[in-house]
Amino acid sequence: MKNLLGLQKFFPKVLLIINKTESIFVILKEHVFFSILVLKKHIGYQFNLLSCISGVDLLGSAYRFAVTYEILSFTFNNRIRIKTYLNETDILVSIIPIFKNANWWEREIWDLYGIFFKGHTDLRRILTDYGFEGYPMRKDFPLQGYIELRYETTKKRIIMEFVELAQEIRVFNFETSW
Amino acid sequence: MQIKKSELTKKLKTFTINFGPQHPAAHGVLRLILELTGEVVEKADPHIGLLHRGTEKLIENKNYLQSLPYFDRLDYVSMMAQEHTYSLAVESLCKLKVPVRGQIIRVLFLEITRILNHLLAVGCHAMDVGAMTPFLWAFEEREKLMEFYERVSGARLHASYIRPGGVSSDVPLGFLDDLYFFVLQFKTRIDEFEEMLSSNRIWKERLVDVGIVSAKEAVDWGFSGVMLRGSGLTWDLRKSQPYEMYSALEFDIPTGNTGDCYDRYLIRIEEMRQSLNIISQLLNLIKPGSVRTCSSKETSPFRFEIKNSMESIIHHFKYYSEGFNVPAGEIYSSTEAPKGEFGVYLISDGTERPYRCKIKAPGFGHLQALNFMAKNHMIADIVTIIGTQDIVFGEIDR
Repeated sequence: MKNLLGLQKFFPKVLLIINKTESIFVILKEHVFFSILVLKKHIGYQFNLLSCISGVDLLGSAYRFAVTYEILSFTFNNRIRIKTYLNETDILVSIIPIFKNANWWEREIWDLYGIFFKGHTDLRRILTDYGFEGYPMRKDFPLQGYIELRYETTKKRIIMEFVELAQEIRVFNFETSW
Repeated sequence: MQIKKSELTKKLKTFTINFGPQHPAAHGVLRLILELTGEVVEKADPHIGLLHRGTEKLIENKNYLQSLPYFDRLDYVSMMAQEHTYSLAVESLCKLKVPVRGQIIRVLFLEITRILNHLLAVGCHAMDVGAMTPFLWAFEEREKLMEFYERVSGARLHASYIRPGGVSSDVPLGFLDDLYFFVLQFKTRIDEFEEMLSSNRIWKERLVDVGIVSAKEAVDWGFSGVMLRGSGLTWDLRKSQPYEMYSALEFDIPTGNTGDCYDRYLIRIEEMRQSLNIISQLLNLIKPGSVRTCSSKETSPFRFEIKNSMESIIHHFKYYSEGFNVPAGEIYSSTEAPKGEFGVYLISDGTERPYRCKIKAPGFGHLQALNFMAKNHMIADIVTIIGTQDIVFGEIDR
């Protein structure tokens, strides 16, 4: 969409990437709420459907996390991605007042990455087990996890214990010569 | 002593019940905490995650080819639609072009998958509501369709047939003829479904005006697919943001008027007809040719090449053991899966493993609107609403 460039007047962006298939706005985390509100309500853009929100762990780079919002405009048949970067201690403002369906997507990010959303009405864990600890999608969370469940026949109930693998998970990450 | 009338009427608090996770109408492992006054639902709080397998985490630890089978296992009734979305994402990062025959075979299977999914959706929905027969009919037809899966890939469900760069192998001899015969007879089967259900009094009493979603509400809740079209919005990614062959094909997008469960049922039936229409068009279009790109890094070399060139054996070995490197970048690729918009947000850091692979499942978005759809309905309507949302837990819990 050509008039995306006009958006720069409305909100302070850090970076705008428009390539053949997608347009990505990188903005500061403070401006997320306002920018999405503008994109939804502005008559010239009407991005009125939120497809999904996803978290990304960028362990080892300047910012720990990235959060991306995929929004869609029916009127102009266009998609845009809002991307913002933040650190472990930073919090984001929940966009539930703008998009109702942000609720579960934000819960999911809270559950898997531990990013806190300010103003979220119901920030419970969603995908992991009741009483789960830790944020499993973080890169420093091991693939096999810490806790495993099994049925203990003598006790006749399900018990939790620490994961014990007979063999370490093998990583075939060799340098290749070609 | 006289009892006052006001003391006789007791004020009842809401009654909380637990629905599922082991309940046949919960379509898997949905746990619902329902707050009821009498039989009327005040609040429905879905607890999901009982089938969470950490697919996204596993994908980060596998190479691009090894990640593909996980997509079959997400929504296990529309397998290839998801493989396809993932393949599209990888292709657009690698800038691969799929040859025409490959595209046609893909679209053929996407539409077969759509029929597979809608048969299950309508059949199971009917059974939840109380009609046993359409379910049995649907599964008989599904069996035939899964045989088509089996003939091209060897697996009835988890096919891993659509791969980045095309499809894994060409269709076997006589396949297209059999598909043609299937199309001919399946039209009658759809009519039988409709005869059984569309004007059935019980079916209509259970579905008409249940779970009404207005167009505005559907957009607010981020619906997609049938749930969106049921509310009257003409939005189909196959038409509006066409991929593969779809821009060259003629088909209609059925939409609903009232946005109730009955409308969505009718749309599913009509979409099956449209899928048949698409399959017939493709059967006329298909021509001999290659089914996948000849890029030896990103696709497996053909059997003939492996037998005749040392280079191809090396490529084959490297492809299946180490995988292939995908240029750094990110892409959100979305397609019209039978349940709605299925999206894959793929971030590559230039290695052979995805850095991040976010799966946008349509059911996840639909299920969170269950509370809004079920409010002030009877408890029996919950079953209807879950059925109409076409919930499959593989994709919701990931």
